[in-house]
Amino acid sequence: MGDRRQRTAPHLPRAPFPLPTGPAFWRSPVRGVRFTAVLGVVLLAGITLLFVTGLLSYAAYNPDLAAVNDKTPAKGLLGFYLFDWPTGPHWLYRLTQGLHVTVGIVLVPVLLAKLWSVVPKLFALPPARSAGHALERCSVLLLVGGALFQFVTGLLNIQLEYLFPGSFYPLHFYGAWVFFAAFLTHTCLKLPRALRVLRRGLPAAQDELASPAPAAETVSRRGALAVVGAGSLLLLVTSAGRSFDGGVRQTALLTPRGGAEPGTGPNGFQINKTAAHVGVTPAETGADWRLTVVGPAGETQLSRARLLSMGQHSAALPIACVEGWSTSDQWWRGVRLRDLAALAGFPEDPPGVLVESLQRSGPFRSVALRDNQVRDPRSLLALAVNGEDLSPDHGFPARVIVPAAPGVMNTKWVSRLTFGELR
Amino acid sequence: MRVLRRWYGEGPLHLLLMVSSLALAGYAGVRLLDGDTLLILVWFVGAALVHDLVLVPLYSAADRALRVPFSRSPGLVNFVRVPLLLSGLLLLMWFPLITRHAERYEPASGMSPDRFLGNWLLITAALFAVSASWLVVRTVRARRRATKGRPSASH
Repeated sequence: MGDRRQRTAPHLPRAPFPLPTGPAFWRSPVRGVRFTAVLGVVLLAGITLLFVTGLLSYAAYNPDLAAVNDKTPAKGLLGFYLFDWPTGPHWLYRLTQGLHVTVGIVLVPVLLAKLWSVVPKLFALPPARSAGHALERCSVLLLVGGALFQFVTGLLNIQLEYLFPGSFYPLHFYGAWVFFAAFLTHTCLKLPRALRVLRRGLPAAQDELASPAPAAETVSRRGALAVVGAGSLLLLVTSAGRSFDGGVRQTALLTPRGGAEPGTGPNGFQINKTAAHVGVTPAETGADWRLTVVGPAGETQLSRARLLSMGQHSAALPIACVEGWSTSDQWWRGVRLRDLAALAGFPEDPPGVLVESLQRSGPFRSVALRDNQVRDPRSLLALAVNGEDLSPDHGFPARVIVPAAPGVMNTKWVSRLTFGELR
Repeated sequence: MRVLRRWYGEGPLHLLLMVSSLALAGYAGVRLLDGDTLLILVWFVGAALVHDLVLVPLYSAADRALRVPFSRSPGLVNFVRVPLLLSGLLLLMWFPLITRHAERYEPASGMSPDRFLGNWLLITAALFAVSASWLVVRTVRARRRATKGRPSASH
């Protein structure tokens, strides 16, 4: 903060060997409070959107419903806002999570430019002018470390490159809160001045970020902002397509899940995890496969033929992944979850259900769905998609599909449904 | 109040804001670090350090080296600098896929990661091609203006 009081004399004598600790070391004529303020205001809007959509995604997993859904059992008050994730509109998660990841990707150049614009402050001497300044610098470390930590873990996660030290869910969730605490403080401290400078400008002598001995200009501030914008635009064009099917997906040239679909025909759309990858074999999903349905009526074993003989219903729903990619609506057909609940002994007002999969690995091989999700008439145990039997990679013999739920909540290769007891 | 200013250096609101923010960060931070504490700390603080002390000096030095051959007409450097920067940004963000380091991608998604390297190279080529055409248009325009006898625009 105290920047206002620490002013650089406009014409410092140039030291023979300028050090990064002195303002004369930083010679780019682009740096200046106004340049930083523009980037800061863009980040304020963008990161607020990332935080809100991130919290929504966290709520979409219904972590407060059952232990199997909760990858952050120590969350305490950080889950204060949790609510029952709705089933409509059916594209809700597709929208919020598509925005979360795509806007995150697009903001990378803005973040890097913002950090570049204020890097002289890192080296400014003395390291702390007062106790208040020292506290503020601690907070800035959390801000910069937090921002980079969140962006890096997010970018690695969508590339399935799990280099980070632990499970993505707790790291990205708790990291977000650490970052957001520092982000909020930084906004309170800096926004008033940023807005003032954007509205009324700033005399050069009061611009502590402007170089006192600028090098010859090779690009104007406006030009530099245009380059940052071009970077964001390039990222948007090469990634937004991953939230759509077919030709539009082909435009996502550099992002995971962009390009051509993995297959052709009714089952050709995006696969989160293939059967082979999670250890589901044809032997387990063949004629001997049985679905176990558990409830007050006892335990019932259902073959696929038996499921097909029950009332079949349709729903047009997308797959929307936490990684930000999604498919357009697919036409699913199968047995309503609420009809299976009736079979289990809940003829009316069915409760939630614990869904278990045959898959060997993956943090969501069993998930709990809430009562509102079971009751929605579009929530199916799907047996077919787009007019054909499910393929092994899309969950044959049977999979769950629930409107507006995150992709992994739509369990594939279902082996057991336990109504009422979610554990 | 004056005592606080002298001792703390900022107003009371600043102090309240700092304490509440650091307390919230601490509350979440304890939970963040519950696990491989040291490594998570290294990632969190290291992200800032690697950015500020490695990435920024590295691209600043590269930029300085790039400017040397253009010292006589500094404006021209942007025609190389901008496509190089954008291409580098894409590589920085997608290196696990571009370098085929992300080994889970293909078995999990059923999609080949082979296209990323090629696409990145093609995008890089396109960026330089756009930059080159821009330079050609600018040069031709400048020549025309010069031959019409008007004073040429300063670059």
